[in-house]
Amino acid sequence: MRTVIFRTVAPYLTSLMVLFSIFVLLRGHNEPGGGFIGGLIAASAFAIYGIACGVAPVRRAIYFHPMAISAFGLFLSAIAGMISLPLSVPFMTGNWMKLYFFGVELDLSSVLIFDIGVYFVVVGAITSIALALEERDRD
Amino acid sequence: MAAPDGMTIIALGLPFIAALVAPALVRRLGHNAVWALALFPLFVFVRFLEFLPEIAGGEAVTGGFQWAPSYNVSFSWFLDGLSLTFALLISAIGTLIVFYTGGYLKGHAQLGRFYSFIFLFMGSMLGLVVSDSFLMLFVYWELTSITSFLLIGFDHGREASRRAALQALIVTGLGGLSLMAGLLVTWNITGVTQLSLLVGLGEEVRASPFYLMALILLLGGAFTKSAQFPFHFWLPNAMEAPTPVSAYLHSATMVKAGVYLVMRMNPAFGDTVAWETILPVFGGATLLIGSLLAIRQTDLKLMLAYTTVSSLGLMVMMTGFGSEHAAAAGVLYLVAHSMFKGALFMLAGNIDHESGTRDITRLGGLRKLMPISFLAAMAAALSMGGLPPFFGFLSKEEIYYGLWHMDAWSVLFVLVAIVGNGLMFVIGFAIAIKPFLGKEVETPKHAHEAPFLMWIGPATLATGGFLAAVLSPLFHRFVSSPMVSAVTGRPEEITISLLPHIGMPLLLSLITIVFAVLVYLKLDAARAAIAATLAAIGWGPDRGFDQFISGTVRLSRRVTKFVQPGQLDIYMTATFAAVAITLIAPMVIFDELPALPVWPADAEIHELAVILIAFIGLGAVISAKDRLTAIVSLGIQGFAVALIFMLFGAPDLSFTQFMVETLSVVILALVMTRLRLSPADHRPTGQKIVDATVSIACGAGFMLYLLSVTEVPFRSYLSDFFIAYSKTIAHGANIVNVIIVDFRGTDTLGEIAVVMVTGLAILSLIRVRPGWKPGMLAENDPDAPRQEKK
Repeated sequence: MRTVIFRTVAPYLTSLMVLFSIFVLLRGHNEPGGGFIGGLIAASAFAIYGIACGVAPVRRAIYFHPMAISAFGLFLSAIAGMISLPLSVPFMTGNWMKLYFFGVELDLSSVLIFDIGVYFVVVGAITSIALALEERDRD
Repeated sequence: MAAPDGMTIIALGLPFIAALVAPALVRRLGHNAVWALALFPLFVFVRFLEFLPEIAGGEAVTGGFQWAPSYNVSFSWFLDGLSLTFALLISAIGTLIVFYTGGYLKGHAQLGRFYSFIFLFMGSMLGLVVSDSFLMLFVYWELTSITSFLLIGFDHGREASRRAALQALIVTGLGGLSLMAGLLVTWNITGVTQLSLLVGLGEEVRASPFYLMALILLLGGAFTKSAQFPFHFWLPNAMEAPTPVSAYLHSATMVKAGVYLVMRMNPAFGDTVAWETILPVFGGATLLIGSLLAIRQTDLKLMLAYTTVSSLGLMVMMTGFGSEHAAAAGVLYLVAHSMFKGALFMLAGNIDHESGTRDITRLGGLRKLMPISFLAAMAAALSMGGLPPFFGFLSKEEIYYGLWHMDAWSVLFVLVAIVGNGLMFVIGFAIAIKPFLGKEVETPKHAHEAPFLMWIGPATLATGGFLAAVLSPLFHRFVSSPMVSAVTGRPEEITISLLPHIGMPLLLSLITIVFAVLVYLKLDAARAAIAATLAAIGWGPDRGFDQFISGTVRLSRRVTKFVQPGQLDIYMTATFAAVAITLIAPMVIFDELPALPVWPADAEIHELAVILIAFIGLGAVISAKDRLTAIVSLGIQGFAVALIFMLFGAPDLSFTQFMVETLSVVILALVMTRLRLSPADHRPTGQKIVDATVSIACGAGFMLYLLSVTEVPFRSYLSDFFIAYSKTIAHGANIVNVIIVDFRGTDTLGEIAVVMVTGLAILSLIRVRPGWKPGMLAENDPDAPRQEKK
């Protein structure tokens, strides 16, 4: 499947898809989207890159082992739940704070951290499966 | 529950912080890091010391915070005499052990890691004894098992260490499961999840039909942890660990967790026939067997290990005997034992460290070379033997006082206690006298006194045994009496002091001593006799454990061979046939088949077009010439379904469906190329018919199921709730997302954990190479012979 066209387009396609996945992740709270879908998009982006250019460049590009990314996501989500601990509210209560960032009002919440954790879990798990399968393709 | 008090939280968390910083400190400072590290447990000790006056006044200190109030789960602690004494012992002996380790493992390459494990254990054990909520108790209980596993297997290069570590983990881990079940049953009986509330519910617990079940399950936890017969075998094997571990975990603290649990349960579970039979019988058996086996050993550490087993048996026996004096004796003995046994273990380590051997038959005359160790050993042995002026004397008097009644049952246990105590007396003095007195013997290393770091611990503990006895009124007021009150559930006062009361207990003490001296003089003959008996029996629980493990492995291999013959198509057929049956069978049996829907008259042309696409995809799958085409055609059908979701107002679902469909086509294609199948699919006709039947049944099952679900009138209160509150309390307009990450966040947390674990499982399945057999070393196994890199 490594045609010249595919190989040339793949990096751009991948970066666009990753960017889009982050966009989908962040808009998730109010528009269709969210961590799960975003994670799937990013995972397919990496899978495409892997099919086009081989697995080694993907592994280099994401630097961490995908399973470690997944574990980090799970950790992040668990931490997001525990933010409620020092605030003396039940586990997983959504906590919000407002930030003013160059005059723009920004709502940040533990829910967002949780969703980012979901994103990482999905990206990591699916990417590691896809990459492992692609890798075995050659040996 | 009182408001959480910051200092106590810090004290409970401090050992874990120490575990984090220990490796870095040791890397910087070498073994001198002990001076900094010892401050951590010292702080904890001082913190708990501050509670003494309050607890001695008969109060209990509680604190903590709610964790998941809807399940009545909290992180809460509860300090009464029992937990406070334990906390003080853990932190005080912990401080001494930190010192001792600095000397014992000086220059060891993994000293930092060792400290890390020790502190992890200290934190877990502290948490265990102050836990109020069941969940917290269980979590800390398991943590002590895990840290014990890490410490026993510390020297993981040796097979014996690994086996001992695994054995301890399996035995105490099984006990942990039993404990969990017991706590759940108790929760079911009483409806409370806090130990502090359990005390007042004794009547209810004892009257329950599930009393015996709860009792046996809880005791399963306690007996495995505290190495009661027949689970005693893991403890002597655990002596594979470095000596500081043996002194700390496997004599002074962790193994007493079971005794702690029994004492904690006493007010609620005690005072029944079952309690007063099971505990003394198992405790007494453990006492006898442990002390007899101790006589057989010649290795100092093993002798001590078996007497630890017998001491634990004695404590369980006394706790279960059912009188205030017996409970008091258990408490006093527990405190005395922690001090003298901790000291003796460290001294055995000193002898080993300085002379190069722990074999008692190859030691002698160290008195002049190691004077401080000798003095400390004598003091500890006097306490162990129950002689004045040491604390062990008080506890032994109280033991006989508690046991002595004029009935056959009591006389039996008095005899058991005399034999057990006598034999422990023998071992104590064998360790304190044989290596030190007599002729100087050639040892592998030329012995000299151990460094300060190594004698300060045993010397402090031995002195402690003396001071506690001399200052007994003070000690009883602040430590023993509150602890006994906690064990019996009523205010009690201990009065026993060094002044002997002429009477039965004193006489029994004298009998014990005479018996012990006789055995001591004939020690070699006794050792040979017991060794011969054991050889004649030829089987023990230790062997049994191996047989159990290999039996389990064989059984699981057989089961695996049966359910997993290794044919993928059999798995697939079985799985999908099971799915079809579970879907269709209940509907047929209960006659709940749904009515077939009518064709909607208002179907729009584009909706029909989408359905047509789905059918085209289906046709393409069936008629595809090669596998790759079939997989891609499956995608057509999936996209059509995603379009239907989109048309009927579920953008999130459709979005996800698109992505899942894309990825599954990609992954399926990769798997297919991986399997090196022939490009086209050639199945015999019979196989085709079976497969077609199964898949049609599956599809029909799902259709019928969905139809019958939609036939049930739709109750909208859940969606009404989400629509009403999504924006107002969760600040999100996308209801689906708000449900996933907020309203049902805990579910999602579980689900993503599953996603991750599934990924991990698939990853390791992909990595399995053909030709791999169970038991083969993996490539990254540290024990595999290193291969030179080319």
